[in-house]
Amino acid sequence: MYPGYDMTPPAPRETRELRFEIEEFHADYCWTLDCGDVERWPDYFTDDALYRITARENADAGLRVGLVYADSKAMIRDRAFAIKHTQMYAPRTMQHFVTNVRVLEAKGAAIKAQSNYLLLQTLVDGPSTIHQAGRYYDTFVRAGGRLLLKERQCIYDTVLIANDLVLPV
Amino acid sequence: MFSVDTVIHKPGTFAKEQLDESFDYKWPEGGLQYIPDWIYTSNEIYQREIERIFQGRTWNFVALEAEIPNPGDYKRSYVGPTPVVVSRDTDGSVHVFENRCAHRGAEFCRAQRGNTKEFVCPYHQWSYDLKGNLQGVPFKRGIKGEGGGMPKDFRNEDHGLLKLNVATLHGVVFASFSKEVETIEQYLGPEILKDFEVVFKGRKVKLLGYYRNELPGNWKLYHENLKDPYHATLLHSFLVTFGLMVAGSKNGMIADALGRHGTLASAKPDNVSAAVGEVKGEMRAYREDFKLADGRFLEYVREFDSPWSVTMQTIWPNLIVQRELNTLGIRHIVPNGPHSQIMLWTMFGYESDDEEMTRHRLRQGNLMGPSGFLGLEDNEAIKFVQEGLRRSPSDKAVVKLGGNTLGSTSSVIDEAAIRAMYAYYRKEMGL
Repeated sequence: MYPGYDMTPPAPRETRELRFEIEEFHADYCWTLDCGDVERWPDYFTDDALYRITARENADAGLRVGLVYADSKAMIRDRAFAIKHTQMYAPRTMQHFVTNVRVLEAKGAAIKAQSNYLLLQTLVDGPSTIHQAGRYYDTFVRAGGRLLLKERQCIYDTVLIANDLVLPV
Repeated sequence: MFSVDTVIHKPGTFAKEQLDESFDYKWPEGGLQYIPDWIYTSNEIYQREIERIFQGRTWNFVALEAEIPNPGDYKRSYVGPTPVVVSRDTDGSVHVFENRCAHRGAEFCRAQRGNTKEFVCPYHQWSYDLKGNLQGVPFKRGIKGEGGGMPKDFRNEDHGLLKLNVATLHGVVFASFSKEVETIEQYLGPEILKDFEVVFKGRKVKLLGYYRNELPGNWKLYHENLKDPYHATLLHSFLVTFGLMVAGSKNGMIADALGRHGTLASAKPDNVSAAVGEVKGEMRAYREDFKLADGRFLEYVREFDSPWSVTMQTIWPNLIVQRELNTLGIRHIVPNGPHSQIMLWTMFGYESDDEEMTRHRLRQGNLMGPSGFLGLEDNEAIKFVQEGLRRSPSDKAVVKLGGNTLGSTSSVIDEAAIRAMYAYYRKEMGL
């Protein structure tokens, strides 16, 4: 589905353990964002992380643009600061739902996985709407006993964005 | 999108949306210093715009040639709200025709992009060549012994797809419903052509990708936003804090002779803190405490022979050419009723870019688009304006900065380019 994310999983028992660990990671990551604690969001990444949100039409065509494109944790931190302190946008809350976690590969230090995500947005005077349906392609590494993202590709199907995407996925 | 009935600003429920041909569309007293709300809310006006502007004597952006480089390549696109197909024939020529089968009207081309030898309508398999000519009609002569089929005088030549007038300029493809429209160079005029050529002339575009969003605001608000340098120095903390566009430094709002097109231009000052220092008291968006953790993002590689580091061109009626430092893009406006527009973004670099330059453009792309530090603020602001215009009983907006002048200005504290656009608009619309 996405280049570099082929399925060559480890043994079933290890796969199950890793899947459980990745599910816990997702729950923590989403909790941080859904609480609005965006300045803690960079803590889930390595210093050299690549983070990109892009439409499936770009991913399928090998086009590299990102709605958000950060190739360092410092860039992720700059975005977090801007969202929290300088950007102008109407108040909103988000909820992430992450499912269908599949462990694709665990070789050496890197663990690759994919998951589906659903992002709901609620503006102050409107209903909750499906803002984005997409898929994470993640590469994790271990640091200090916990998982960190070395790469997160958020590939969304919801090609026509409702006005904008302000908060991280 | 207003797809849910519980939304309190559900379309169609406000008086300003109910105006029809019986309403007296009289521009408010005070000439161009006021804009009446009904140009943004009335369906009657919207229909007139489609007819007189998008289907009138205008050139509409439809594609970059880089999107259809090879014979048989095609792309779905739009002229105003009308779906069209842009295709490249085997002889290399570019063609634009309605995405509507000449038989029963089916929108036959469904893929965003692709390569084909012919277009076949899936409903009854009428087929068209890459120029839009009707090639084949199944059972054209009926079935032997049973009759049926087309009348004897049916000629394929009379039943091709509706073809539009096409112009290409430095790799950019325009289309027009009008056969009388002037050449594309004359249409743009020398003031606009100059900065257009900075981006496109003699350069081979390399696609970086697409964004698409629905912006719940009238299409003209997007033009106004880029003919309004005043907002740029107030709304956008990134421009102000990092000195990308600051009131008092070298800026320009350039209009063509008719006032329909524009170039919002700015030169990044060498000494940002000095430029900002003089005016920061007026700018609430200025953030002394904001320092970038990754400064590469806003570096400016001087790759253009131009005094401007930023040129945002509004090309009437449906194109924005964005050159913001080193991030380049096309914004294609598809009007979607009085209260909405679809924005199709095509981001690009050049074939000559090396890997480092490509990554630089990708990083700097964070400024623009529906998640861009500047782009998302514009989308929010335009949405707020549409909601205010539609839902309040007040009936006009004020554009008095700079007095009653029209056209180009060197000051950013001026709305002369917006007034010039509406001087042109009123003539075209008979208002």
